[in-house]
Amino acid sequence: MFRSTLFLISGLLLSTTLLAAPDGARLYERHCSACHGLEGEGGVGVPLVLPSFQRAVEDDFLFTTIRHGRPGRVMPAFTSLSDAQVRAIVDHLRSWAPERPQQAARPVRKPAHGKPGRGKALFAQHCAQCHGANGEGGHGTGVTFSRPRDLPVMAPALNNPGFLAAADDHMIKRTLMEGREGTPMVSFLDAGLNEQQIDDIVSYVRSFEEEPLHWQYDRDEAPAITMESSYDLQTTVENIKRAAVGKNFRIIRIQRLEDGLFEEGEQNEKQVIVYFCNFNFINEALSLDPRVGLFMPCRITAVEKADGTVELMAINPRYMSRLFNNAELDEACTRMHNLYESIIEEATL
Amino acid sequence: MKRPLRLLSALLLALLLNPLAAEEESLLMMRSSQSFPEAMLAVQKTLGEYGYTVSRVQRVDIGLTASGFETDRYRIVFFGKPEEIRHLSGEHPELIPYLPLKMTIFAEQDETLLVALDPTALDDIVDDEAFAQLTMRWKNDIIAIMDELREY
Ligand code: HEC
Ligand code: HEC
Repeated sequence: MFRSTLFLISGLLLSTTLLAAPDGARLYERHCSACHGLEGEGGVGVPLVLPSFQRAVEDDFLFTTIRHGRPGRVMPAFTSLSDAQVRAIVDHLRSWAPERPQQAARPVRKPAHGKPGRGKALFAQHCAQCHGANGEGGHGTGVTFSRPRDLPVMAPALNNPGFLAAADDHMIKRTLMEGREGTPMVSFLDAGLNEQQIDDIVSYVRSFEEEPLHWQYDRDEAPAITMESSYDLQTTVENIKRAAVGKNFRIIRIQRLEDGLFEEGEQNEKQVIVYFCNFNFINEALSLDPRVGLFMPCRITAVEKADGTVELMAINPRYMSRLFNNAELDEACTRMHNLYESIIEEATL
Repeated sequence: MKRPLRLLSALLLALLLNPLAAEEESLLMMRSSQSFPEAMLAVQKTLGEYGYTVSRVQRVDIGLTASGFETDRYRIVFFGKPEEIRHLSGEHPELIPYLPLKMTIFAEQDETLLVALDPTALDDIVDDEAFAQLTMRWKNDIIAIMDELREY
């Protein structure tokens, strides 16, 4: 009894000290820096350090963005961090902009009295070329480092449940009035729109809420594509090579699954991997998301089972795709899925 | 009194000791301030220290620069514990396409990014408590390796 009480008390003490002062810098480093850069300069994610950004948003916007993420737009939802931890991260982001003018804790959510119909036309004219015709966001990820592209910073999705939950009308309006200096997002006051037109656009962006684009993936997608071959192992491997080359892939290597894991001569000879690739495809995929190396190189494995039958297997790119939270990858993954399937079919028939 | 208290403290302890329990990110990522060649060496060394064998380092960059990609520093590192990989591929052949494990490593200017699949995503494939423990261990190892690389 005494002991367990002690245990409980020390547990409570430990937990309060742990929760009392979450280390924002460390949390940021662990959860955010891979994408947003060690100093918020951007990368796979957009920059967070720019004064023009820091000025435009309230702490609430940052808090909600971290909680909801941006579904289908790479930025994950951090649902299991505690409120205190999220606040510590927000404080850390703010430490980059100590001169940020102090604003009211939260401006009244004053709806802009705009006309969404007029805003729609203005959006098509002034915004769609960067943010997409339906506000689905620009192509690719964050900031260009390794890839040539048209915009140095990707335009975020506006028709996105995470963005719409985080951004109030005030923030959107402010962003349109002031722009984001240091990014392609200019001030639309300077660009010649008047405040009424800006209110119209704000109301149109707000109207996305009525029917936001929801990124959907199929939860029932199987993790792997498999098929039985009617040939022996050797012939099947040759068939895979021929079928892949027929689909414009280059064979880069044939190896056993256990190569590099076991000494020469000790590897299982019944598990053979054919690796192949297509540079145009790789290049295209990398421009959508630099993390797609995890799909590479393309690979089909032929396995001879104990009863002598040979089975072909590949990852299912459509299953993998959801892990990236990147709607833009879906189409490429479907194409890859279909290519795998047709190569496997051809090799087994 | 005694019982509920003990239960409570056990619960508390479980909560405390399980900081990695519910990470919703499904890719494990880290940024290293090391240059690509340094990070590459550090990754291989640290994987070794955690008992993993690097079975191969695959370049995917040959030909990439030719097609306009501005970095030639992009590699896939394949790794695993030999006996584990052998055992799993025999026991659960449906895992084979995902074996061995892999990590992507690429340069972003003078820094380096590391990306790995969260191995617990494989729990969808094999519904088995022992396997779930194994993928959790892999995951914790990868996180620990990434934490260590950050300190370099
Ligand atoms: C030349 C390309 C371009 C055009 C045109 C453009 N934007 Fe942007 N916009 C961007 C970029 C890039 C960002 C991200 C800036 C940053 O990283 O801080 C952005 C940011 C935003 C944001 C903040 C999003 C967020 O997640 O914080 C809003 C809101 C926005 N733009 C709305 C608009 C609207 C409405 C229009 C049309 C009136 C428009 N933009 C026109 C490129 C553009
Ligand atoms: C896997 C990469 C990734 C991770 C990890 C990530 N983000 Fe993001 N983040 C992004 C991307 C990409 C966007 C832009 C979304 C879009 O284009 O619609 C973004 C957008 C944001 C925005 C909105 C920026 C703006 O201009 O309005 C904030 C704020 C933000 N992230 C903060 C964070 C914080 C804090 C963390 C860590 C808790 C984090 N992010 C983790 C990729 C990431």
